[in-house]
Formats: sequence, structure tokens, C-alpha cells
Amino acid sequence: MPELLELAEAVAARADVASGEEVEAYVAHGRDTSIRVYDGEIEQLSSAESAGVGVRVVREGRQGFAWVGALDETAAEEALTEARDNVAYASADEHAGLARPDGVAPVTLELWRGEQAEYPTQAKVDLALEVERMVRAGDPRIRQVVSSDYSDAMTEWGVATSTGISSAARRTICHLFVNAIAGEGDDTQTGFGYSVGRAAGDLDVVACSADAVERATRMLGAKKPRSSRLTAVLDRRVTATLLGILARTLSGEEVSKGRSLFADRVGEELGPGTLTLVDDPTDPAALGAAPMDAEGLATRRNELIQGGKLMGYLYDTHAARVAGTVSTGSAVRGGYRTTPGVGARAVSLLPGELSQEEIISAVGTGLFVQSVSGVHSGVNAVSGDFSVGAQGVMIRDGALAEPVREMTIASSIQRMLQHVSFIGSDLEWLPGSAAGLTLAIDDMSLGGE
Amino acid sequence: MTVAGTALVEPDVLERVLRRALERGGDFAEVFVEDRTMSAISLDDRRVEELSTGHERGAGIRVVVGETTGFAHTADLTERGLRAAAEAAGAVAREGGGGARRVALEEGRVAAPNEVRILPSDVTKAAKVELLSRADAAARSSSDSIVQVSVGYGDTRRRIQVANSEGLLSGDDRVRTRFSVLCVASGDTGMQTGYETRALTVGFELFETASVEEVATEAAHRALTKLSARPAPAGVVPVVLQRGSGGILFHEACGHGLEADHIVKDSSVYTNRVGELVASPLVTLVDDGTVGPNWGSFAIDDEGRPAQHNVLIQDGVLVDYMWDEVSARRRQRASSGNGRRESYRHLPMVRMTNTYLLPGEDDPEEIVAQTPHGIYVAHLGGGQVNTATGDFVFGMTEAYLIENGRITEPLRDANMIGNGPDVLAKIDTIGSDFDMSPGTCGKDGQSVPVGCGQPTLRITGVTIGGTAGA
Repeated sequence: MPELLELAEAVAARADVASGEEVEAYVAHGRDTSIRVYDGEIEQLSSAESAGVGVRVVREGRQGFAWVGALDETAAEEALTEARDNVAYASADEHAGLARPDGVAPVTLELWRGEQAEYPTQAKVDLALEVERMVRAGDPRIRQVVSSDYSDAMTEWGVATSTGISSAARRTICHLFVNAIAGEGDDTQTGFGYSVGRAAGDLDVVACSADAVERATRMLGAKKPRSSRLTAVLDRRVTATLLGILARTLSGEEVSKGRSLFADRVGEELGPGTLTLVDDPTDPAALGAAPMDAEGLATRRNELIQGGKLMGYLYDTHAARVAGTVSTGSAVRGGYRTTPGVGARAVSLLPGELSQEEIISAVGTGLFVQSVSGVHSGVNAVSGDFSVGAQGVMIRDGALAEPVREMTIASSIQRMLQHVSFIGSDLEWLPGSAAGLTLAIDDMSLGGE
Repeated sequence: MTVAGTALVEPDVLERVLRRALERGGDFAEVFVEDRTMSAISLDDRRVEELSTGHERGAGIRVVVGETTGFAHTADLTERGLRAAAEAAGAVAREGGGGARRVALEEGRVAAPNEVRILPSDVTKAAKVELLSRADAAARSSSDSIVQVSVGYGDTRRRIQVANSEGLLSGDDRVRTRFSVLCVASGDTGMQTGYETRALTVGFELFETASVEEVATEAAHRALTKLSARPAPAGVVPVVLQRGSGGILFHEACGHGLEADHIVKDSSVYTNRVGELVASPLVTLVDDGTVGPNWGSFAIDDEGRPAQHNVLIQDGVLVDYMWDEVSARRRQRASSGNGRRESYRHLPMVRMTNTYLLPGEDDPEEIVAQTPHGIYVAHLGGGQVNTATGDFVFGMTEAYLIENGRITEPLRDANMIGNGPDVLAKIDTIGSDFDMSPGTCGKDGQSVPVGCGQPTLRITGVTIGGTAGA
């Protein structure tokens, strides 16, 4: 890793500081394996190393960017030359500029498990095979295991700027993912399960398999329900999806560009007093945890909603300058091919007291939402309109009753926050940038027959 | 542009690399070489935020042994780098005993589906930037209620070379250019968004036919219209899809289910149904990678097979699925030219190209006039399908009520949900008009450009996910 950062520092050192030029180099290197098994055999086995560099140049308030999908001095030189050339075409922006050290010390996080590099490929294959076998054996109604996947990644990245930033981080991650089909007569339903950890040894084969079996089989016999208004009890995975969208609306960049429905509402009540939303990438349990953000600043715990009240927004360096505040260490980027933007890494709600079962019991009548679809097409983070495809199980007399599918649930993000009635105690960090927990929301529109 | 044989790697090197890939055994080996350059410009909040350029090159090598595929990729295009990747990919052949297998490559030439006249790399950066400012001005001048505009421009050039152990050697040079505008309108009822895009497999000549002002005003109009929109109903209603608005419906509702990887694993509702009536007899559905300059076109697919015109459903009867090399091998048949991948870092899989429903005979205006009550969809956003159950969703981003045969009030955004086979059976009238639109299709973590098209048509009942009573 020092090598990686040295390369970034060498690029940053090329800045013509006398003329006011600022240079940032973002370098990344990853090694990953992905394995898919099918019907007891390896279907695909892929192993690869990839690396690249992205260079940002700022001069007289103008920004240029270029990337190259290789990691050596020639590649870095090509990216720097191109980025310099691109500067001239951007509009001048008084707020443009790279991050500067802000004195916040990064927390130490153990996100790297070196032993992963030595974990034998055959053992990885065996994990995927074991999951496939357990799903098939899990229930006689399991008709097919479409795929059982193991994947892992060992990623290192670093940022150096001519303004004094020099940070690096690394992490490992492993996934198991299984996609099952259950059938009974003409009826076919699907369910998937997964397990995530920092190392292969952390993966839970049993839970991953059991989850897929339960999700596929409990949907058998599902019918389209009648349209109605009811309380929706969101499964953990669905809540995590919702929190991901909510965090987008609290981006300082979207606020300043007039694209957030929560602009100018700091201090206002968005929901009940039980509602507290935090983005905390310093929590090592979060899968999105990272000691530094994509501009090299230390990440920190940011309270977004406290006791139902909107506390503030997330900022990277640029969005903070526009808003006249300081970065919250919330710059993210999709790798070396993109420039930084504002984003959450680890959002979660403060858990409540009740388990999922207790919430279902307390709700009495409603809909348990097992999964949603069409989130990218049916949720408008600007207007707040929320409409997604859903499948799940009706709640009657405080217990799960008949499964239902081919329906929609709809409301608006604003209304959903106001109508949060129960927050579960079952917090679990999920893949992506959010934690899931069971969440009950009143007054949702169910679209069916 | 006829581009085969853009020798990113010399044929004799490829022959040796393929030989190395099969050294430990294996039925099939392939080298996919790619050189990609791109430029992108974003304008947001009245400013050109930045111009970014990127470049990458590399190769993906796979070895197929029975039902198992080994894959490795490298950014090192020297013979040494390629041989190392070949060894890694070939490691799945555990039996050994492959021995020396000579591969003799024979170069094939496939004509591109259309000519690219103006390479984006020959256009000045300043000329590209100017387009964005013009679109911004046009969108803002359409109404004071337009409070924010973001404009995106992008071009890519992908030169590829494919060689395999069956002697195939082919190449393609794909140039794609896109332009999009997102507007935010603000009014008494809050904010609304409108999005519009133009994207074709061409160079900078895209802007000879696509006016950036037109794209901008269409996006602005879409956002402004929704300021006065009422909530969409919740429940089952008849839906009329405007031509070109809803090709995504067929892409999701049946296209994915006709991809042979789902068929060979029995994870599609369309498995074992060739020859059966799977849609209204009015429906003829085609997937066609040759119809340049549409967004999903190419000369050869990412496995080196020439693009084809494939009839999937003819008069409601299922004719065939779409195939890539691996799924075709399992059924001892030929690929249909549908093997695609996002980049050299990805394995190919069965993907659609340009998928469209052929026009019918009805007058599009009459279709609306003959609909007493329903929803008129002028624009759809993205969608998603579960191929095993056929259940799909897609988002309406511009829609109106139909009352007494007339298009009336605009509706707020909502999702529609349905079941593929069910919806295809419920198409009861198809217009004589037609239009295509570009999209990005995601599958298994890989994105590829696709085209979707359809005439104006009516579906007798679709579930709408609004919040108002139906």
C-alpha cells in the first residue's frame, strides 16, 4: 500500500503550485475472485486484478478530470496531461478546489483481513457448493437453485493532493449469494439469500441458505390482493433500501442545487420523536465503513435526523464551500473513473425496542413487505413520490397470514417518515450503505385488484 | 465504417495465447481484447462542472471445460501479460491432458450496421461543451418554473478484437454518443422532474438529427406538466402506451425471459414453450442488432458473432430464444449473436440488442378515442423483471388520464406492475406508428446499451401503483 500512495503523492507533487494549480490523484488497486456453481459443478470461476488512477486538476476555479485504467507512471502521466487539458473547458466556480487537511484524525478500523489472500480457491468453491446443497435440501418444494455465488474483493486505495492530503485505506469483503426457485403445481416463486463478511470464515452458510428457502417457499400460493390503505411492515432489506434513498435526499449537493425535498428544513420535525438517523462510517460493523472519504478526509459520525428533527446534511468539500460550511467527510466516488460527489456510507436508524414478531403482533392488520422492485424507476428523490412493486405476506390478527404478490405500495417519502409507527430492535448491517431493521409505516396505498 | 482487423494484438500472438489457454485441456478458449476511450461532460447548476476523459485497454480470456468456465482479465496486452491471464483462466481444466492444440485463426470481416461519419475524437472539446450550454439556456427559457437543469454529454469508442479456438478472428469499432437533460420544475405542489435523452451508435453526427434545444424543452415540458399532476390511481386500469414510450415493457415483460441462460436453467416462465401461443396474436417481437444506428446495434457481438435479426414471437407464437456461446453449446446449436459484455473485465452473457414490437394496423388516435377510461403513458422510466415468475415493474414518468376517449389530466410518477405472459395476452390493439428509444440494461451487475421500440398500443388491464382510488 505505501507504493500505491507514493504513486499518488508523486502525481500531486507535479502541481504548479506557484500558478495556483491544485492536483489530486486517486489510485485504487483491487484483487477479486468470483465463483458461480450450478448443479454441483463450477459454472464460472473468475479471478482478476485491476487498478487505475484518476486525476483532478483545479486551476483558476476550473476543474478537469481524466482517468486511465492502469497503474504505473506512464498511466499517471497520461491522466495528468489529459486532466490539465480538460481544465480549460469547465466553467469558473468560486467554490471549486480540493480538500485541505481539517485536523480531524481518522479512526483506526480493522477492515483488512490479510488471511483472505491465502484462502484456497477450492475452499471458496466448497462454500458455494455447500450453500447450493443446503438450499436444495432445505425444503422439498425447492425446484431449482439458479445460482450459488461466492465472491471476494481485496481493495486498497489512496488519495494525495498538492493541498496536503495524503491518506490510504484498504479493506476486504466476501459475499455468498444464492438464488432459489420454489414450486408447487403451476406456481413458481423465488427467493434469495446472502451472507457478507470481511473474510470467508465470517460467512454464514446456514443463515444464507435458510433465508433463500424461507423467502421462496413462503411466497408459494401468493395471490394479488385487493387495493387498500394499510400499515406496511418493511423487512430489514426493504428498510435498508429506503434509508439509502432517504440519505440521497439529505446530500448537501442536492440541497444547494435545489433538488432536495428537505432543503431549508433544518430544525423541522420530519417524523416522530423515535426517529433518529445517523450516517456513521466509523462504525466497524457497517459494511460501508471506511476511515477516510473519497477526498482523503477522515470520516465521522453525522447525525441527520435526531428525535424526528432534521439536523443537517452531508457535505463534501465543494458542497460545503457552496453552503458556507465544512465538509462532513462524506465524499464518495465510484472508483478511479469518477470525480467525488456527496454520499452516505453507513446510514442507520436508532433501533427501537420491539422484535419483528412483536411489531407484526402490535400492528394487527397490515402487510409484511418481503421485497420491493422497481425502486430505481418508481422512487423520485426530488418530488418524494414513492411507488414500488412489492411482494410479501398479509398480516391478520397480529400474525403472518396469506402471501401476496403483483402489487404496488405507494406513498411519498415525506409522508412515510411522518407515519413511522414502529422501529424494530433487529438492526443488521446489509451490503451497500445502510443498515436494515423492521420498520412499520402507516397509511400506505396498496395497489392490487 | 468497415472495421475488422483493428489489430490491437497481432494474430500470431493471439494464436499462441489461445494455445496456452488450452494447455491443460478444455473445449473452447477465447481472447477478447478491448481499447476504450471516452469523454463525458456534465453541466449542472448553470456551470460546466467538468470535462472528463478516460482510457483503458485490456483483455479478458476464458476457457470452457464442459459446463465450467474459467475467466481472467488483464490490462497488460503484452504477450507475457496475455499468457499469464490465459494460464489463470485455464486453471479450471483440472483433468490435464489437453496437450498441444494448434489454433489457426482466420480473420472474418463484418460490415458495421451503419457508418460513423464524425469521430468524437475529431471534434474539439469546445464544440462539445457548447452543446450543453445551449441546452441549459433552452430549458431555462421554457418557463420560470424550471429551477434546475443538468445536462450530460458522453461519447465512447470501443475497439474490440475477438479470437477463439475455433479459428474465429473478428473485430468491431463501436462509437456511441449520448446527450441527456434533467430538469427540475418547482411549483405550489412541490418539485417535479423531467428527463429526456438521445443516444445512438453514431459519432458527433448525432447532433445533425437531434437538436439539443428540442431535448431540453421536452425534458422541461415533462417536469412542468407534472406540477399540475394529480396522484395516479391504485389498481387495475386499461393503459395506452404512446409509440416509442414503452419498449421497455417488452424488454422487461418478455425479453429477459427469452434469454437462453434462463431457459437452460429452467428459470424462466417461457421455458419449453416454443411453438405455443405466449402473447396476443397481434404481437410480433423481434430482437435485432443490425438495425443501426440504434443504441443496441453492433457489427459483431462480444463473442465475435455477427449481429442478427431474430424473430422471438411471431403472431403471438414463441419462435425462439436469444443465445450466447455458452447456452448455445449446451443445446448443440448456434449462438444468435446475443453474447454481450460490459467490458473486457466481464464474462459475456445472453443480452438483448434492439428489442421491438412490430407495428399493427390501427390508427393510433383511434386507439385513444376507443378507450373510455384509462391511462395514457407518454414516457416510461426504467423497469425490472423476475424472469422466473414473469412479474415485472416499470415506472411511468409522463402519463395522463384518459376520460371518455380523450387524454385529460397529467398524473404524478408511479410504478406499474404486471406479469409478462398475462400482459402480453392483454394487448388488444396495435397502432400503425412506431418509434425506438435508447436504454441501459443491467443484468448480473453488467450494463449494456440497448434499444427498445414499439407502436402505440393498448393493454386492457395493468396494475398502477398510485395513491388515489382507481
